[in-house]
Amino acid sequence: MNIQLRERPGASASTSIKTAIADCDIHPARAAKDELYPYLARRWHDHLETFGVHAYQGMMEGPPYPKAQPNASRRDAYPPEGGPQGSSLSFMQKQHLDPNNIALGVLNPLNTGQGIRNQDLAAAICSAINDWQIEKWTSKDQRLKGSVVVANEDGVSAAAEIRKRAGDANFVQVLLLSRNVEPLGQRRYWPIYEAAQEVGLPVGVHAFGFGGNPITASGWPSYYIEEMVGHSQCQQTALASLVLEGVFERFPKLKMVMVEAGFGWAPSLAWRLDKVFARLHAEVPHLKRKPSEYIRDHIWWTTQPMEDPESRDHLFQTIEWIGWDKLLFATDYPHWDYDEPSRVLPAGVSDANKQAFYLDNARKLYGIS
Amino acid sequence: MTSPIAGGVDCDLHPAVPHLTSLLPYMNDYWRDQVTTRGMTDLISQSYPINSPISARPDWRPTQGKPGSSLADMQRQALDRFGTVYGICNPLYGVQMVFSEDMANVFCRALNDWLVKEWLDKDDRLRGSIVIPVQSVEKAVAEIERCAKDPRFVQVLMLVMGDMPLGKRHYWPIYAAAERLGLPIGIHAGSAYHNPPTSVGWGSYHIEDYVAQAQAFQTQLTSLIVEGVFARHPNLKMVMLESGFTWLPPFLWRLHKFWRGVRMETPWVDRAPLEIVRSNIRFSLQPVDAPPEGDTLNRLFEHMQSDELILFSTDYPHWQFDGDEALPKGLPKDLVRRIMIDNPHAIYTRLKVRA
Repeated sequence: MNIQLRERPGASASTSIKTAIADCDIHPARAAKDELYPYLARRWHDHLETFGVHAYQGMMEGPPYPKAQPNASRRDAYPPEGGPQGSSLSFMQKQHLDPNNIALGVLNPLNTGQGIRNQDLAAAICSAINDWQIEKWTSKDQRLKGSVVVANEDGVSAAAEIRKRAGDANFVQVLLLSRNVEPLGQRRYWPIYEAAQEVGLPVGVHAFGFGGNPITASGWPSYYIEEMVGHSQCQQTALASLVLEGVFERFPKLKMVMVEAGFGWAPSLAWRLDKVFARLHAEVPHLKRKPSEYIRDHIWWTTQPMEDPESRDHLFQTIEWIGWDKLLFATDYPHWDYDEPSRVLPAGVSDANKQAFYLDNARKLYGIS
Repeated sequence: MTSPIAGGVDCDLHPAVPHLTSLLPYMNDYWRDQVTTRGMTDLISQSYPINSPISARPDWRPTQGKPGSSLADMQRQALDRFGTVYGICNPLYGVQMVFSEDMANVFCRALNDWLVKEWLDKDDRLRGSIVIPVQSVEKAVAEIERCAKDPRFVQVLMLVMGDMPLGKRHYWPIYAAAERLGLPIGIHAGSAYHNPPTSVGWGSYHIEDYVAQAQAFQTQLTSLIVEGVFARHPNLKMVMLESGFTWLPPFLWRLHKFWRGVRMETPWVDRAPLEIVRSNIRFSLQPVDAPPEGDTLNRLFEHMQSDELILFSTDYPHWQFDGDEALPKGLPKDLVRRIMIDNPHAIYTRLKVRA
């Protein structure tokens, strides 16, 4: 048995989306293992060949929770010239960017230096990935914009990498993952937020990552589906940490994007935070406002995997609680749970809200005219 | 305000063990000696610091002793006040937190016996939950069987954060015993702290741990559903206690979507997650994590697509609401009756069993 794929329009012009849209979660991949080597010092070539990547999880090859599809990606997304899905710019253009009329595509590289225990290697790989994004992707297609990946567990090195990329129009955000050694509000990560605020880049927090903690508060579950669903709980606790540690008090201009972790849970989390804060605010006197206000002012959400209730009214009510101005359309190309742009919103959305959802919110947040 | 109606079942009351010495009469000589010689005095969880505002409503806080430690107070402040016919006692003493399964077992037995003697024997309205030494399935099952002989025990109690996800096959003998004996499994907020209290590690604050209960319930529901607990035990009921419930609809949207996508991984899950929740899972009312105005909450009830899921609770003596506002504003009358009377009786079938 395989996954149930929805019928999907092909790349032909007749099914193209006429209106330009932004895709705020695209995953570029390396065509070959050594594709990064030109951007890494010789020392790290030898290191990688000898020791591999020493990560905050046990598997040297293969994920601890095997994905549903090879590389967690669409089977129709293998480039004709070979290599894994998402590794060819020309095929990405042909299959995704052109037919879907993507005017802005935000690249979120996974499998970077994040989650690596050796912090020097983490920093070297992250910096190499950033150079690689420019050379292979953003300099070749003006629609694509990169994310500055940083050695997440070493705030000082991460901040240096962010400052190194300051003012570089190839990048529109800093990228973190939701799962780290500690919850994201902890002070070890503050240099990242300080630098991001300073250079005017939002910080995207993409679901996933390894920090050594079990993916539930009761230990390791058994299945891939538990990891996938669990990302939204990780994101919730990471966001609660950011709010409760006072990150948005300390960095009042910081903007953050919750990427690929759902948004349906946002109202409930905000209500819960407010309710508990009403009882326990004495413990966190550094907070000057209600938790929901920090979330409303500082947080954006990418849409994929789109919330999909039986009733569209339930979806619309949920979005109204969050704000139509806070959602950023994303497909997650080339991953298997890709959201098809023309089908993601049910009928009944106003033109203004559609325009905000598909393009304007992203342009405004990322400063792309 | 929505007024409670008489004849309700309060599904989450917390009688407090005054001190570890209160349990000594229910231990044998060896363990009494262990507790005394080793200087053990109390088992207070990080989940509920005694003086934290969440642990007791200001007007329910006794002048001395732990909140919830006086039967007279519970009678006056909760049972009489809300016209309760049955009140289910869920002791939250830290007996599952110790790492020795032998010690946990003895402490659980003592706690259950203490509950009978100090509470159930003293007020006919009270019913109990069987606290089990979760680390040892064998001992947990034995304790369930021992206590189930007393019909006043109506539920088995576990914490939402323990050693392993609750759907794991390791725990299934517990569920088999509970199903056989007509005991729902109550899963209560709180951690044994055998793992970090969030899935991204240790936060800095008590408030984070409390907020994180809701996420822990979500991951446990995923585990229970996808491991196939309810395919194997279709008559087993589980009640999420002090879990919050406004997170349920979006949680189910996501679980349902991925279940459609990767159900080949867990082919025994042959019903949609929402259907499994409707038939097997319930939630206590308090805390209500929603804005105070009734309109939003009524929309949330619509999103839940069922009026059978919520069971009345005060969470006494925890501070979840003020005054008599145990029920949120704007609930329709019919829903109040379901929440307070029909839904609890449908799940806790042992409530009416007489000794």
